[in-house]
Amino acid sequence: MTDTITQNIPPLSDENAFNARHAVFGIQSESLKARQTAAWNTFRELPYPTRTSETWRFASIKAIKEIERFAPSAFETVERPDLVERSKRISSVSGRFIFADENLIAAREIDPELEAKGVIFTTLIDALNNHQELVEKYLLQQSPELGSEKFESLHIAMLRTGVFLYVPKGVEIKAPFVVYNWAVQKDTAIFPHTLFVCDENASAELVEFQECAQPETEHLVIANAHVYAESGSRPCHTILQNWNRKTLSFQLNTSNAQRDVNSRGVLINVGSAHTRQEIHGKIFGSRADVNIFSLNIARGDQEMDQRTLQTHIAPNSRSDLLFKNALLDQSKTIFSGLIIVEPDAQQTDAYQTNNNLMLSDQAEANSLPGLEIKANDVKCSHGATSGKIDDSNIFYFLSRGIPRKKAEELMVFGFLEEIIEKIENEELSDYVRSLVQQQLIDQL
Amino acid sequence: MASTPDINIDRDQGDFHYDTSYEFDAGVGLNETTIDYIVDVKGEDEWIREFRKRALKVFWDKPNPTHWASKELEKIDFSKIRYYLSKGQKASRSWDDVPEDVKKTFERLGIPEKERAYLAGVEAQFDSEASYSNMKEELSKEGVIFVGPTEGLKEHGEIFKKYFGKVIPIGDNKYSALNSAVFSGGSFIYIPPGVKVKQPLQAYFRINAENFGQFERTLIIADEGSEVTYMEGCTAPKFETSTLHSAVVELVALKNAKIQYITVQNWSSNVFNLVTKRGMAMEGAEVKWIDCNIGSKLTMKYPGVIMRGEGARGEVLSIALAHDGQHQDTGSKMIHAANNTTSNIISKSISIGKGRSTYRGVVSMPKNLKGCKNNTECDALLINTNSRTDTYPAITVRGQNNTTQHEASVSKVSAEQIFYMMQRGLNEGEAMSLAVNGFVNDLIREFPMEYSVELKRLIDLEMEGSVG
Repeated sequence: MTDTITQNIPPLSDENAFNARHAVFGIQSESLKARQTAAWNTFRELPYPTRTSETWRFASIKAIKEIERFAPSAFETVERPDLVERSKRISSVSGRFIFADENLIAAREIDPELEAKGVIFTTLIDALNNHQELVEKYLLQQSPELGSEKFESLHIAMLRTGVFLYVPKGVEIKAPFVVYNWAVQKDTAIFPHTLFVCDENASAELVEFQECAQPETEHLVIANAHVYAESGSRPCHTILQNWNRKTLSFQLNTSNAQRDVNSRGVLINVGSAHTRQEIHGKIFGSRADVNIFSLNIARGDQEMDQRTLQTHIAPNSRSDLLFKNALLDQSKTIFSGLIIVEPDAQQTDAYQTNNNLMLSDQAEANSLPGLEIKANDVKCSHGATSGKIDDSNIFYFLSRGIPRKKAEELMVFGFLEEIIEKIENEELSDYVRSLVQQQLIDQL
Repeated sequence: MASTPDINIDRDQGDFHYDTSYEFDAGVGLNETTIDYIVDVKGEDEWIREFRKRALKVFWDKPNPTHWASKELEKIDFSKIRYYLSKGQKASRSWDDVPEDVKKTFERLGIPEKERAYLAGVEAQFDSEASYSNMKEELSKEGVIFVGPTEGLKEHGEIFKKYFGKVIPIGDNKYSALNSAVFSGGSFIYIPPGVKVKQPLQAYFRINAENFGQFERTLIIADEGSEVTYMEGCTAPKFETSTLHSAVVELVALKNAKIQYITVQNWSSNVFNLVTKRGMAMEGAEVKWIDCNIGSKLTMKYPGVIMRGEGARGEVLSIALAHDGQHQDTGSKMIHAANNTTSNIISKSISIGKGRSTYRGVVSMPKNLKGCKNNTECDALLINTNSRTDTYPAITVRGQNNTTQHEASVSKVSAEQIFYMMQRGLNEGEAMSLAVNGFVNDLIREFPMEYSVELKRLIDLEMEGSVG
């Protein structure tokens, strides 16, 4: 096992960090370079959010301001058979990528039959070399626009690799494509990027596992993921965020749905010291059905800060959002969601629900469920609840001879199961179930 | 069903303007001299001068909160507003003492003399100064104090000074600072322990000069075990340029006291109505805001309750109606600061034409409390295709022994409902009006009878011509 990345890139606070990062292996695209240089300048110019920034309401800004002490990772080839061994969360896959600090540590895997049908599953570097026109049509075209412009600019400036998944028209794939991102070297920053294009009437699933090699190393992760769902497609995108509890992470996502799309995005969050996630789902076509689900278990002094936006631009579509949080210890969660229904988006059905299960006296849950409705013929609602396990439910268990501890455990799992059952892949839902149990087993 | 002309009210009744000669006029614009002028004319104590000047500094230092609020606020030109006007008369004790031309204004406003018999005490506010004030004798005998702020702070300082500016500090927001700097008029009320005021206390407010902002200040203290209902109704003549209304209302409900504060706001559609209202409820006390916003160009008003004592209760019932060009930005703040406190927010809004209604709320259970509960319901009704509604709640809960629930929905009047009513002989406008009245009916029932009747009429009136 070799693990000897030399630190030859200065930390982000140093203006040379950009050039040093670009000197090492990665995307070599002249057209992109100009954009990245501009993004680096934007990152350095934009101020940090302040306590009064509306898009950062309730968030702890202090932790965010520490990002500049991390140095971008340096892309040296490492062999980590141990991490490859650990990258087996799902056995039946259509393709697999394993990155350690943005470095490929195992050969790319893809089902050759799918490749023959035109499916592309490559690194962004290869995609830009071999499918430039296709990639450029989608790459960096959308932004969540929810307050992290500074950090998004940093991501764009530092972008050196990532994953491109393209599913051609009419191709339907059952087994998921899987990406593992491991953060290894301490005090480094990584910038994983995912671009998932599901062409007309195609269907596929992409699963991302985000983990650290060690439990005590500190990392900065600014990850972006963008899903483009063309007419009639059915993409499914799941992220299992399980960075170690010293990591500061960002996940900035967008999804674009054209007409007749049926899409699903699932976010499972158990890791990070502090995570900021922005998810913007835009609906450009009619009869689309866009679903966003999230399960979050916050414990210790973790802070999970999620901001979502559902924008209905086209009429007659549906969107549904359900975020469930279980809070333990001194943890803190923020759910800030907004549904925007534009004036032309009549006959919209849009829903948004946030449920917080309070399992400790020190935990703090913040909910900001918002609506901006500019059309009148719509069905929109949101709901937010915070509370503990209902005593009458516990009583029901107790009266049937089930001990209190077991009853509480069942209630918590039941609460979270509503999200887990949205995951269709059984292997994956079983894994999430075990992950949830691991988080809670010593707590309840 | 025939149309019902008898319930139509003449809305132009407020559209008049008398040339009134103001005996005291602080001029246009705002600086320290304005404040010295106000203090000198009113003969206020030095500490009030200090208080006002401190507030003026805060007002200048604070930016407009346009990072979250409407950009419309930038259109207010503070240098073109008159901050103090007065007829120069002291609060009158009998109706005969009220000057004839002022009486005429009230006549047209529909504040009948005969109402005096019914109303417990009338503080009819003409411009900045209370021009008429009458209290029923038995209330005075029970020790109820119902005066203006100048009199209140001067003659009953020992009662009012303790809470003045405490529930809403100067620096709470830019407009509470402005009010603290230039306040004049309003009501200071004290209800002694155990006194239950049977009839609601009322005050009519009135803006009656172009470019003239009204900055009334109200402080109601309900001592232990007492109960009071206060009603505030607003009308204003139409003016060509925008006027500013920026009030501060502080309520203090001591142990087991109950305060109910009712507002029907119907300013003309060029008024900026930027009001700070907050109540403090001690142990077992209850503060209830009933708030109805129909008029104004932009209203920003979020009545709040700080539940300080165990078992305190806060409630906000609100109705907002936004017509073309109007923005009703209303909501509520519920701060739970003691165990077993409960709060309830029910907000209904109706947007007509290009009107925009916004619910903005804060529910906070910040400390390690037990047994706190909040229920929030926001329903929005959109009448026309280009009507707009927003909902921005913020809920913070700490600890596992509290519960909150928030629900919001947006809907329109269904075509089936309208069709059903039209089949039975109503025209489309009447059907729509009936549907809208049905939407707010369960809230309107909570209002005192005379207000609910007036409200229903106002809604009918607002709905006229909104269909088709």
